[in-house]
Amino acid sequence: MVEKRDITKVQELVYEMNVEQVMIKDIITVGPNNLMSDLRDLLRNKRISGVPVLENDKLIGMVSIEDFIKCLAEGKMNSAIRDRMSCDVEVLYNDEPLVQAVEKLDRLGYGRFPVLDRKNRKLVGIITKGDVIRGLLKKIEVDCHEEEIHRYRASHVFEDIVADKTTLTFQYEVVGKDFNKAGSASSGLKKTLRRMGISPKLIRRVAIATYEAEMNIVVYAEGGEITARITPREIRIEVADDGQGITDVRKAMEPGYSTAPDWVRELGFGAGMGLPNIKNCADVMNMESTVGKGTQLEFTIYLDERGKNDSQNNN
Amino acid sequence: MTIKKIIKILNCQVIVGEDKLDTEVMVGCGCDLMSDVLAFIKPEAMLLTGLSNLQTIRTAEMSELKVVCLVRDKQPNNDIVALAREKEIILLATSLPMFEACGKLYKSGLMGHTEYYK
Repeated sequence: MVEKRDITKVQELVYEMNVEQVMIKDIITVGPNNLMSDLRDLLRNKRISGVPVLENDKLIGMVSIEDFIKCLAEGKMNSAIRDRMSCDVEVLYNDEPLVQAVEKLDRLGYGRFPVLDRKNRKLVGIITKGDVIRGLLKKIEVDCHEEEIHRYRASHVFEDIVADKTTLTFQYEVVGKDFNKAGSASSGLKKTLRRMGISPKLIRRVAIATYEAEMNIVVYAEGGEITARITPREIRIEVADDGQGITDVRKAMEPGYSTAPDWVRELGFGAGMGLPNIKNCADVMNMESTVGKGTQLEFTIYLDERGKNDSQNNN
Repeated sequence: MTIKKIIKILNCQVIVGEDKLDTEVMVGCGCDLMSDVLAFIKPEAMLLTGLSNLQTIRTAEMSELKVVCLVRDKQPNNDIVALAREKEIILLATSLPMFEACGKLYKSGLMGHTEYYK
């Protein structure tokens, strides 16, 4: 069953994909001097409902099953296709977004459109509603499948490695004072951990703690680096920045203590909750700071039974 | 409480998530301080906030929230809308100020954190 979420996905895809990606390239065509009676076998055998008419490689018309039936009713099956085809042909171009095709199919009510190459205006394909649907479904399937593969690979990564100890390291750069990018490192780490199949509750703790740490770099330093080291037993996050350092580390850990300037508070941070939040999410936390040089924060979240139990870890 | 009902109570505009209005919210949280939100909010909660910037959505992302409602006519910019869409977070906006928005939901039966998790 197609869920509502997929419909939104389809809405995105019709803008992302173009006509060329879904059209049929193996086109059957007829010449203008063929007879209408020639269409009988062609339409039946190929199970198609309309054929482009080409003269010297140029598209001059379309002849459809409707034209054929009309001819049959009038008993004029020996007339040339040239005299019975529709000459006023609506076309699509190969590089047009799919949404154009959907709109045109809907608005004009035709079953099919010939597709021309934008540059040389030669016929390169044909597109029907069925092709659009098939193309979209295939793309959705491929996208879902890709995410599945990502997840499968990432969640089995430790199993494939032969070593006494394995640690995966992911590194993220954080740019200071850039509030628009702030959070993207934590977001990337969160996505990676989800693909690795780590439990959502643990991911949430890692994400919140990392995000607070990332905000601290953005607010107080010119830049810094977040390093995540992952073993089957734990996730260790190291956060290093080149900021002014913390004068009184113990005081900085007190809930509500803050040295943040007003512009930070206006953005919803800087209320002196960051470090206490990190501590609350982590199983172990350490911070070292040298005034004038920067701060190194390190925290660990256990993946095994050493971790906080559920009642506590909901921070 | 469904998003549909919340929209009715707060006379909300749906900015992102038109297709997910049957989503259930169990708890409400009215807060402008993102660090406070990160400290205690639960994934079942809806966040009401007067803070309309990218970090509002980032906070919702990290806390696994499904719904954010901006109060007092704060219109989000395109970047905020795009991030909410990418992270599949329902984004609502109401013209009611914070106190009234929270009050109306509470009166209609949406619980607070201390009650719901007691």
